[in-house]
Formats: sequence, structure tokens, C-alpha cells
Amino acid sequence: MVAVAAHAVSRAKVSVTGLDFYYGPVQALHGVSMEIPERRVTALIGPSGCGKSTFLRTMNRMNDLIDGTRLTGRVLIDGEDIYSPRTDVVTLRRRVGMVFQKSNPFPKSIFENVAYGLRVAGMRNREALAEKVERSLIRAGLWDEVRDRLHGSALALSGGQQQRLCIARALAVDPEVLLMDEPASALDPLSTARIEDLIRELRENYTIVIVTHNMQQAGRVSDFTGFFYEGFLVEFGDTETVFTRPREKRTEDYITGRFG
Amino acid sequence: MRGERWTEFWVKWTLAAASSLTVVIVALIFVFLFREAAPFIKEPGLGALAGSKWIPVSFQKEQFGILPLVTGSLLVTLLAGAIAVPMGICGAVYIAEIARPAEREFLKPFIELLAAIPSVVLGFFGMAILAPALKSVFGLPTGMMALTGALVLGLMASPTIMSISEDAIRSVPRSYREASTALGATDMQTLWRVTVPSAMPGMLAATMLGMGRVLGETMAVLMLTGNAAMVTFNPFDSVRTMTATIAAEMGEVTQGSAHYQALFWVGIVLLLATFILNITAQRVLGRARDRR
Repeated sequence: MVAVAAHAVSRAKVSVTGLDFYYGPVQALHGVSMEIPERRVTALIGPSGCGKSTFLRTMNRMNDLIDGTRLTGRVLIDGEDIYSPRTDVVTLRRRVGMVFQKSNPFPKSIFENVAYGLRVAGMRNREALAEKVERSLIRAGLWDEVRDRLHGSALALSGGQQQRLCIARALAVDPEVLLMDEPASALDPLSTARIEDLIRELRENYTIVIVTHNMQQAGRVSDFTGFFYEGFLVEFGDTETVFTRPREKRTEDYITGRFG
Repeated sequence: MRGERWTEFWVKWTLAAASSLTVVIVALIFVFLFREAAPFIKEPGLGALAGSKWIPVSFQKEQFGILPLVTGSLLVTLLAGAIAVPMGICGAVYIAEIARPAEREFLKPFIELLAAIPSVVLGFFGMAILAPALKSVFGLPTGMMALTGALVLGLMASPTIMSISEDAIRSVPRSYREASTALGATDMQTLWRVTVPSAMPGMLAATMLGMGRVLGETMAVLMLTGNAAMVTFNPFDSVRTMTATIAAEMGEVTQGSAHYQALFWVGIVLLLATFILNITAQRVLGRARDRR
């Protein structure tokens, strides 16, 4: 019920209308429309290959990296069409950060990993960099564990720590939207719990969209849930309703584990 | 049951023998080189090798200083490296990261072809075209000099460096590039700040293997460097490398003479140098693999 109330006060950060997406001749998304509310956690669920990751990646135009992809429809962030020819993709990606399924720190030091986004944006001032790095690591809940070895290799961290480092790295450039593609699927339960706590904290300041295979996780961390099936957005609403009183039969079947 | 055990035994030992053969051969080469070179230690003594004059046949006094040969090899190798390394690495970056698939398919066979051209043929090309051209461009008395040899050797080594570096760049995980792009880096920033540094150990190893090839190359340098044994670091001077010395003189030398033994010492120095280069390259490559 909290979420419903929240819906009333929260405006749409990302608004998608009639989105079709193609990998070459294969259509991966069919007429998806969705309003993603600001400063809330929106979970995207559905079986493998249903298009939820593709949909996530349309929001920071990561699909641009794949040859032969095409899309029609509109994706607006704060009312601006991010696929308009005037959009600067680099600026867009600074506003829309991303955390990947498999943690992917660079083979650099912990400090340099977090500072990377700032450096490519042209920040040179050492003190400002150090301050931002510290703040980002604190926000990602990693500071206490790494403060003594900021200049050690990021690859020496554990899997869970690496994923939190990737979150810190994404937060360092002050994004408004944070996309998370199954951020905890490769982690043990304890590290998963830490990431989930973190997502709940970050919701205060960021608009978060998370793709997950884990139904319980969607239930625990999200305010809103969208269920994708075979490239269609079947159902979208506040998480409690989707999980307890879904409108669609397919949503219910998936959530109760009858397929997927 | 017994039969099977025997078969297994023989298979295992045949395979082991085949793979150990290389070790035996390397060891034998060392032993053989040392055996032929050894008498030199007593007469005229190893100190003679340290001299700066290589005059192995003389009516007054024979001199076996290998210094000019070592500096000759060094100069040609460094110059060739200065040409081949930037060329190889830039080419690798282009082919691995920037070229469209069609361009890559077009370029790669040419690189492999360049690597496969026999050095004698490249030597011909150097003699007939490069040396006269350099001679007239720089207004020199002769085109046979360190620079000419180095240019041709650089050309020879660059495909090796290019293809190994390209492998190194292409084996950088895609996830690094994705992470960089998602953080708002441009393609060029991703290339120079993430992809190339991550491939650096592989590119270093490629460089060292290429340099090893240059150091051991004989035919082209014999044909192109002018073969004057003197200590110099001027690219426009004629030089004589260790390899060219052995190739040119081994046919005429009296077996068992001091000159003969001195040539074997040159061979030992050369072998050690390439050995060290190779081992360093392997180490660097190995460390690069460990980090993944």
C-alpha cells in the first residue's frame, strides 16, 4: 500500500511509449509502454529471453553497441527523447548508470576503478577526485572494507565486494537513473542481502530499474514490478498488487512458479 | 588386462619422449657450442673477446673483440624495434578495434603474407630499391648501413608484433569495454584507457618475440648492413651483426683455430641473448594470463 501512495506523489522519470526493438530481423520487444517513477525501485521480471534486459539497455542506449539493432517508439527521460539525433550518448550514459550481471571491475586499483567515470569526464583535481571516490565507496557500503587498500588491485576483492565496487563506480558520476542487470545473480546469499540493502538505501536518491530472475528479490526490493513475456510487457503495477492480485493469468502462473 | 597396461605404458612414454626431445636438443646445442668454444678460454683467453676490434684474419695480430658485433646487433635491433613496435601496435589496435569486419578480412592475409616472405627476398628488395633510395635521399657514399638493415628487419618483425598484439587486444574481456562505455567514456577513451592497458602485457610479449626474431635474423642484415665491424651507434654507419659474422665467416674458417672458436663464442652470446628475450616474453605473457 505504501507503494501505491508513492505512485501518487512520484512523477515518471523515464517514460517509454510503443517501443519495438529488433535484433536484425528478430523482434525482441513489441510495443512496450511503461512509466518508470522517479526515486523508486522498479523490477523487471520474466523468463530468460523475454526482453527485459534488452528493454533495460534501451534506457542507456547500450544496445547501440550491437550491430544490426533497430528500434521504433519513444524513450523519454525527463521528457527528452534519448533517441533524438540531438542526444549526446556520452552525456546520456553519465545520467543513466549501469551495473552488470557479472561484476566487471577494470584491472586497475580500487581507487582508479571508482575514479574512472570522473576522469573520462575530464575531472583532474586530485582532492575532488579523492573526495568523490570516498563518497561513492561510502554510499556503496564498501568504504570500511577497502579504505586501507584503495590502491590495491580491484581484482583481489571478493565477488560481492567487486559488485559493490561496480555500484560505487556507477554512483561516482552522479547518475540520476541506475540500471541493474541481475546484479546479484552470481553472488552468495550474504552478498546478495548486502546488495539488496544497498538498493533499498539508494532508492532515496536514485531512480532504480533492476532486472532479476529472483522473484523473492523483486518482492523484497522493488516498489513497482513489470512482467515481461516473449517481448511483451504483460503487466506493470505496484509490486504488492502484481505479486498478490495479478490481473493477468500468465503473470500469476509465472510468479507462482508454474513456468519460467 | 596386462596388455592394456602395457599399451598405456608405451603410449605414455612415447609421448613423454617426444615432448622431452626439444629439451634434449636445446641442451645438446648448448653443450656442443661450449665444447667447440672451450679451448679459447685457455688460449688466447676470454679477455680477448672483450676487445673493440674484430680482425680475425691478419698478418700482424689477429683480434677477436666481439664488441663491434654486439653493438652492431644492438643498433640494428633497436632501430628495427623503433620501427616495428609502433607500426605493429598501431596496426594491431586498428585491426582489432577500429577496422570493420570486411577491412579486417582484407588486411589479415596480407599481414600473414608479409610474415611469410623469406628474408632473402626482403634482402633483395632492400638491396635493389631501399639502399639506393636511402643513399640518394641522405646523400651518402653507400646505402649499405645499419638503417637500411633495420628498416627491412622492422618490416619483417612488424607482422609478428601485429598479430600477437591483436590477439592480446581481442582477448580483453568485452565486459571491460561495456563497463567503460556505460560510464560515459567515448570509444577512443575506452580504447586508450581500458582496452590497450589491459592488453599491455600481451603487447609487451609480442614486442619481445618480434625483437627476438630481429636479433636472430641473418640473411637480410648480411645483405644490407655493409658488414663493417666497428663500434658505432650511428644509424648511417655500416655495421656488422653477430649473425652476419657467423654466416659470412664460418664457411672459410680453419676448423679448430682460434677464429673458429671465437665464432662459437659469438654464437653463444647470441643464443643467450635470444634465450633471455624469449624467457622474459614468456614470463610477461604468463603473468598476463594469471591476472584474468
